[in-house]
Amino acid sequence: MWDGEAARAALPAVLEGFGVTVLATVPAFAVAMLLGLVLALVQRAGPGWLALPVRGAAAFVRTTPLLVQLFAAWVLVPALDAPVLGVLVLGTHYATYLSEVYRTGIDAVPKGQWEACTALSLPRRRVWRAVVLPQAVRNVLPPLGNYAVSMFKETPLLSVITVHEMVHEANTFGSTHFAYLESFTLAAAVFLLASWPTSVLVRRLEARLAV
Amino acid sequence: MPVAAGFLPELRRALPRLAEGLLVTVEATVLGAALALVLAYVLGLLSRSARLPVRGGARLVVEFFRGTSLYVQLFWLFFALPMVGFRLEPLACAVLALGLNYGAYGAEVVRGAVAAVPRAQTEAGIALGMGAGLRLRRVVLPQAHALMVAPFKNLLVQLLKATPLLSLVTVPDLTFQIDQLRSSTGATAASYLLLLGLYFGMAVVLSLLMNALERAAKARLGQEGGA
Repeated sequence: MWDGEAARAALPAVLEGFGVTVLATVPAFAVAMLLGLVLALVQRAGPGWLALPVRGAAAFVRTTPLLVQLFAAWVLVPALDAPVLGVLVLGTHYATYLSEVYRTGIDAVPKGQWEACTALSLPRRRVWRAVVLPQAVRNVLPPLGNYAVSMFKETPLLSVITVHEMVHEANTFGSTHFAYLESFTLAAAVFLLASWPTSVLVRRLEARLAV
Repeated sequence: MPVAAGFLPELRRALPRLAEGLLVTVEATVLGAALALVLAYVLGLLSRSARLPVRGGARLVVEFFRGTSLYVQLFWLFFALPMVGFRLEPLACAVLALGLNYGAYGAEVVRGAVAAVPRAQTEAGIALGMGAGLRLRRVVLPQAHALMVAPFKNLLVQLLKATPLLSLVTVPDLTFQIDQLRSSTGATAASYLLLLGLYFGMAVVLSLLMNALERAAKARLGQEGGA
C-alpha cells in the first residue's frame, strides 16, 4: 500500500527526471518546428521533382511507430549520444506532423494576398518572407501548441534509449526501493500538473486567435 | 552486408512466430480501440450533460487520462497496480492503457462532433415531439457520426503506432518477435525496416477501412462525398 516515506524519498528523483523531460522537449520541438517548416516549403515552393518523394518519406515517418524509430536509430547510429539522438528522432517525427500543419496554414492565406504580391511584382522570396509566412504562422500557432503538449507526453519514450528522464527515474527508483506505486503515481501527478495548465493555455490562445 | 547474409532463410524460419506477434499486435489494437470507442461515447456524451456534477466528473476523467501520458499510465498499470493487490495480464494492462488514453481523446471528438450538429436539428426534433433519447439516436448522432470518422481515423492510427510499447511490458507482440529476429541474425537495418514497413502497411489498411466508413456514413445522410 501507499508508503508516505517512500513517496517523499522518490520525489527528488522523479523531479530530476522531470527536468530532463522538459530539457529534451524544448530542443526537440525546436527541431520539429524548423524541419517541419522546411518540409512544408519544399512541398509548396520547392522543385517539383522533390515534392513527391519528400511527401512520401514524411508520410512513412508519420505513420510508423516512434518507439521503433528510436530503437532503429539507437542501433544504427551508435556515434551519437542517447539524448542528442533522442531529440533528433523525436524532432524529426513531429516535424512530419508540423509540416502538414504549416501546409494548411499556408493554404489558408487568402488568394488575394498572392494576387496583390503579383500586382506589386514582388520577388518570390519576398512574397514568402514578408507576406505569406507571417500570416501562415499566425494561423498555425494553436495547433503548434497542441503538438508541443503531445510531444511532451511522448518524451518518456526516450527512456528506452537510456535517457534518464522521468519514467526512467521512476522505474529505477521503483525497482531499487520496491516502491513502484509511489514512484509511478508521483510521475503521473507531475505530468498532470505540468500538462493541464499548458493545454488550458493553448485553448485560451486558440479562442483568442479564432476570428 | 555480410552480417545480413543469413537474414532471408532466418526470416523464413521465423515467419510463424512473426505471424503470432502480428496477431497479438492486431488483437491489442482492436481490443484497445473497442474500449476506447465505448469510453469515447460515454465520456463524450456525459460531458455534454446539463447537470454540472455529471459534466464535471466526465471532464475530470478526460483531463486526467489525457494529461498523464500513455507511457506513465501503462507502466503504472504494469508496475504499480500489483503493489495495491491487483495483478493484470500484460496484454490486459496494454489494452486498458490504450483504451483509457485514446478513449479520453476520443471523448473530445464525440463532444465536438455532437456540438457541431446544427441546433436547428435538435429543435426540429423537439417540434416533432421526439424524446431526448430518440432525438439523440435518430437525429443528432447519425449526423455527428459522419463528422467523427476522420478524427477517429487519426486516433486509430495513433493507437496502432503506440502498440510497440507492449513489448516493453513483456507482451510478445510483433515488435518483440522482430527484435528476436534481429538479435539472432544481426541484421538490424533489415529487421527494423521490415517492422516499420509492416506498421506502415497496417496503417494504410486501417485508413482505407475508415475512408470507406466515412463514405458510407455520408451516403446515409445523402451528403456530398458519399458513395
